[in-house]
Amino acid sequence: MAGGPGLRRFFEDENMATNTITVSETPLVLYALRRADDSLILGHRLSEWCGHAPTLEEDMALANIGLDLIGQARSLYGYAAEVEPREDGRSANDEDGYAYFRDAGQYRNLLLCEQPNRDFACTMVRQFFYSAFTDPYWRAMTSSSDPTLAAVAAKSEKESAYHLRHAAEWLIRLGDGTEESHARTQRAVDALWSFTGELFDADDAEDSLVADRLVVHPSAFRDIWSDTVDVGFARAGLRRPDGAWMQRGGRGGRHSEHLGPLLAEMQHLQRSHPGARW
Amino acid sequence: MYTQALNDRPAAAAVEDADQAERFQARIDAEDRIEANDWMPEAYRRTLVRQISQHAHSEIIGQLPEGNWITRAPSLRRKAALLAKVQDECGHGLYLYAAAETLDASREELMDQLMEGRARYSSIFNYPATTWADIGAIGWLVDGAAIMNQIPLCRCSYGPYARAMIRVCKEESFHQRQGFEIMMTLCNGTVAQKAMAQDALNRWWWPCLMMFGPPDGASQHSDQSTRWKIKRFSNDALRQKFVDATVPQAEYLGLTLPDPALAFDAATGHWTHGEIDWDEFKQVLAGNGPCNRDRIEARRAAHENGEWVRAAAAAFAAKQSQRQAA
Ligand SMILES: [Fe+2]
Ligand SMILES: [Fe+2]
Repeated sequence: MAGGPGLRRFFEDENMATNTITVSETPLVLYALRRADDSLILGHRLSEWCGHAPTLEEDMALANIGLDLIGQARSLYGYAAEVEPREDGRSANDEDGYAYFRDAGQYRNLLLCEQPNRDFACTMVRQFFYSAFTDPYWRAMTSSSDPTLAAVAAKSEKESAYHLRHAAEWLIRLGDGTEESHARTQRAVDALWSFTGELFDADDAEDSLVADRLVVHPSAFRDIWSDTVDVGFARAGLRRPDGAWMQRGGRGGRHSEHLGPLLAEMQHLQRSHPGARW
Repeated sequence: MYTQALNDRPAAAAVEDADQAERFQARIDAEDRIEANDWMPEAYRRTLVRQISQHAHSEIIGQLPEGNWITRAPSLRRKAALLAKVQDECGHGLYLYAAAETLDASREELMDQLMEGRARYSSIFNYPATTWADIGAIGWLVDGAAIMNQIPLCRCSYGPYARAMIRVCKEESFHQRQGFEIMMTLCNGTVAQKAMAQDALNRWWWPCLMMFGPPDGASQHSDQSTRWKIKRFSNDALRQKFVDATVPQAEYLGLTLPDPALAFDAATGHWTHGEIDWDEFKQVLAGNGPCNRDRIEARRAAHENGEWVRAAAAAFAAKQSQRQAA
């Protein structure tokens, strides 16, 4: 290694200070983390609105949706912790371990979920795209052969149905409201469209769970998602973007520039007091 | 919103007759509840609108110091609990604005007063929440002080306000316990965590005592409010109740209250405290607290950034009713 002992010590200390966890990502663990990360990151984004929303009613609604999503994340992290294999002697990870002690590269959420709130139109379009997927997805997942996943799905299904209704209503209101709201909403649609392809992706790990009937393949929801979006766009007077290029990477830990600052803010207290309980 | 047209009512005081006022006071004395459609003296209505709207503004502004920690809460359990708590405060604001609307004061008008600096809210929210321990201290002490103030308001003579308070108080006591539990966890934690808790207590204790308002005798509205049974205990009596309840809690946490003069008076059975810095209180009320400008600016920004959204919702609703009529 180049550099003297001083530099080497610097790197060793750095590693100690970051106290990042390692995760044994079996297909099931990876699956649970991916869905949990989607929920946590999107829930965190919605929580950024608290106290700053366009109306008091909407302040409460966004907090509600954020709370649902954070709740879903906690159930799924809990399950990941339960099924993650432990190497001898290593203590189990827990929900806070996954949330606070993984680096951006270990996060497995969709790029869509980490996109910043920007304005209310962007927040609602992001929610509409996401919930138009999760609503049918969790409904189908209620018949998972894994009883824990089926239970998480049963709860999430009800919540997602409300999230979709809420987002679709705003999409239509904003799209068919004023000239300004229409322009802002179309701009949000155009900006977020390329993050929607990733919703339907699965890799070999997830395929193995599909084969065992633990999970449903996300591509099975492409048509219903597309229909929901078309109906919403038609009622809102919005144009479906032509661009076919889709951004990918979140599921494999390759993120946009937006996740790092989010995690830095979220994790800083835990990371700066190693070993403390809160 | 629905009541805006009624805001410019004629000076009703002139036409009030003495008989009506007497019958009204008799109802109050008999512990009767006054409802929205009942006759009431104009000054009673104005007093209530002022108090309820200050209270509503406090809930909304009160979202800000704690809200700034939601994205940094140190565990998922704390994050969810804090988000839910700050959401509750927004809900309190909504009930209270609704109670004010029963007195013909529109939410828009009241919010404009807030953003233009013409309305007051609790002085406490002009202090910064700079560490996680502040989230514990605010729940324990600020919500604790709010409960002391608000429990008597559940028996306020004005029905809609009293009923809103019953609902609010239930949630405030949950917040108070949650805040105490955060403090407890910090006090049983690392040396740094315990120091964080002590530091938060040092900063929040005196401003919390100021929450009860100026000492008896200096308060402008108390006498009439007491006669109308809007206010049932004096500022000093409520402050004393709070101190008596809090001293043993601080002791239980192993924290020291930042008041060397604090002493138990065996003769009265109460804790006596040192001199409150009323100059600081006056400065904060005058707009010179550490966060006054930030708070109003944040509220204004939310309002202005939301303008196009509210306009879109209104335009869409108008189009819808036009379509339905066609
Ligand atoms: Fe409250
Ligand atoms: Fe509260």
